[in-house]
Amino acid sequence: MTGPDNPNKTRFGFETRMIHAGAAPEPVTGARQTPIYQNTAYVFHDADHAASLFNLQTFGFLYSRLTNPTVSVLEERLASLENGRGATCCASGHAAQILTFFAFMEPGDEFVASNKLYGGSLTQFAKTFKKFDWHGHLVDTDDLDAVRAAIGPKCKALFVESLANPGGVVSDLEPLAEIAEAAGLVFIVDNTLATPYLCQPFDWGADLIVHSTTKFLSGNGTSMGGCVIDSGTFDWGKNDKFGGLTKPEPAYHGLTFYETFGDLAFTTLSHVVGLRDLGATMAPMNAFQTLLGIETLSLRMERHCANAQDVAEFLAGHERVAWVSYAGLESDPYHGRAQKYLGGRAGSVFTFGVKGAYEVGMRMVESCELFSHLANIGDARSLILHPASTTHRQLSDEQRLAAGAGPDVVRLSIGLETLDDLLADLDQALHRAAAKTGEKAAE
Amino acid sequence: MSETSNGGELAYSDSHLRAILQSVQTIAMVGISPRWNRPSFFAMKYLQTKGYRIVPVNPGAAGQAILGEACYASLAEVPGRIDMVDVFRDAEAAGAVVDEAIALRHDKGIQVVWMQLGIRNDAAAARGAAAGLTMIMDRCPKIEYGRLHAELSWGGFNSRIISSRRRRARIL
Repeated sequence: MTGPDNPNKTRFGFETRMIHAGAAPEPVTGARQTPIYQNTAYVFHDADHAASLFNLQTFGFLYSRLTNPTVSVLEERLASLENGRGATCCASGHAAQILTFFAFMEPGDEFVASNKLYGGSLTQFAKTFKKFDWHGHLVDTDDLDAVRAAIGPKCKALFVESLANPGGVVSDLEPLAEIAEAAGLVFIVDNTLATPYLCQPFDWGADLIVHSTTKFLSGNGTSMGGCVIDSGTFDWGKNDKFGGLTKPEPAYHGLTFYETFGDLAFTTLSHVVGLRDLGATMAPMNAFQTLLGIETLSLRMERHCANAQDVAEFLAGHERVAWVSYAGLESDPYHGRAQKYLGGRAGSVFTFGVKGAYEVGMRMVESCELFSHLANIGDARSLILHPASTTHRQLSDEQRLAAGAGPDVVRLSIGLETLDDLLADLDQALHRAAAKTGEKAAE
Repeated sequence: MSETSNGGELAYSDSHLRAILQSVQTIAMVGISPRWNRPSFFAMKYLQTKGYRIVPVNPGAAGQAILGEACYASLAEVPGRIDMVDVFRDAEAAGAVVDEAIALRHDKGIQVVWMQLGIRNDAAAARGAAAGLTMIMDRCPKIEYGRLHAELSWGGFNSRIISSRRRRARIL
């Protein structure tokens, strides 16, 4: 468990680290912006240097499936922004989740996860992971007794989103971290929607943080990417659950990662075993685009959150809207946790219910002229989606309801446009959808 | 933390660690393993490529050569000057190594005793400091060298270093 005495913190402020962390001037040319090393392999000095690299005895680049100089700048920047020890970037947020569990899960192992996660994560955990004989138990993580009850002897991890997509749930990280620590589990927090600007999960006891960098970090809807960040403070040797890090690794001549690399073990393993063998590498160009995005993260998040707050308040008072789930609203059940964990800002992705359910929800989405109808979030553009007919389509009705993606639910990702234009577009779409479906306007 | 620690946070400034790594030339590694896949062997091999002379000290491997250097049974048997002692022993055994370094500090010119990552013995560190030795605990000189020279960053690690200055390009 990390907590506020985190040794990875520096004297530099968040905004300084957004721009500078990991990115010193390139020494040979003096290039100030990070170069794009569109390159697969790196020349060895001699046979001994090659052997040292293959044996993990020295630092250096070998092959871009494992490490790349542009990607490593992004990794250091994300590690710095989350105050972690190290980071491993990969092809997508989903790849980051596989890479994370791959480090310590064996066939037959279990973990506990929130049942209100992003629908794609629920499908990955509950369906695809079963092919590896990994078993995710999905529970309501607001019910701490249910979390405790779901932890069996083969359970190795607890996984939640700091701010859940799309339900607007803010996880109660502090008591969840205590439960994980007491049970000897690794506590993993997906910080995609909150970003490190709003939430610092390591301060609340997270051990690992995962991101889809595709969202607010890159910020322009240009580049897929994922990342897992290690706090460096989890004791992988404290019980016998984490043999992947504490037992000799046959593929490296019996090297034991935790003993050899200490607090660097998880990140080293994620590159030289995880990326080496799963192959879900981040492209250097995507790392560069994501670095550019992060340079303005704080400015964008302030505007995203301010616009979202005003849109949520507008919808809460709209005659065609049944309810709004946004932790920025004082009436919201997660308002208190947003103050505690998110600095009072509730992000820019949230849901609301249209009066008239499934059909009206679909028509409303189709009626927008400024909001883009697509399956992404965290873009400079405002986005809209009807989860029940799209992202959460693979789930059962019961799972959809539990995940906050019922038939009337519309998801918004509020962008950086002029506020009045966003309000006008939602207003006309709500009225047009009601007219199309014959829903009576309210008196 | 073990009983050899008071549990307080150890903090060493980058400039302090950089000054140590710039000033020392010969490092005795006490408790080094002759096996190529052990952490101590990794550290010796890496620091040799950075220009340090490493003298292996391990009674179990005395008389053997490790990475081209003769291994000695104790610090006292090492011929010539030792600038720094790097301790690859557990916290309790590290105390005895520190006492040996204190006894030999004038004969051998020992300036620094460095206990490896995970090794901490506060009482021994206090004895060493009182005798005028620079003491470092719970750090690895390989990792700190790599961190301060931007090599650790290549692996995706947080070096905590931010600088807009252009480093001199080096042959690595």
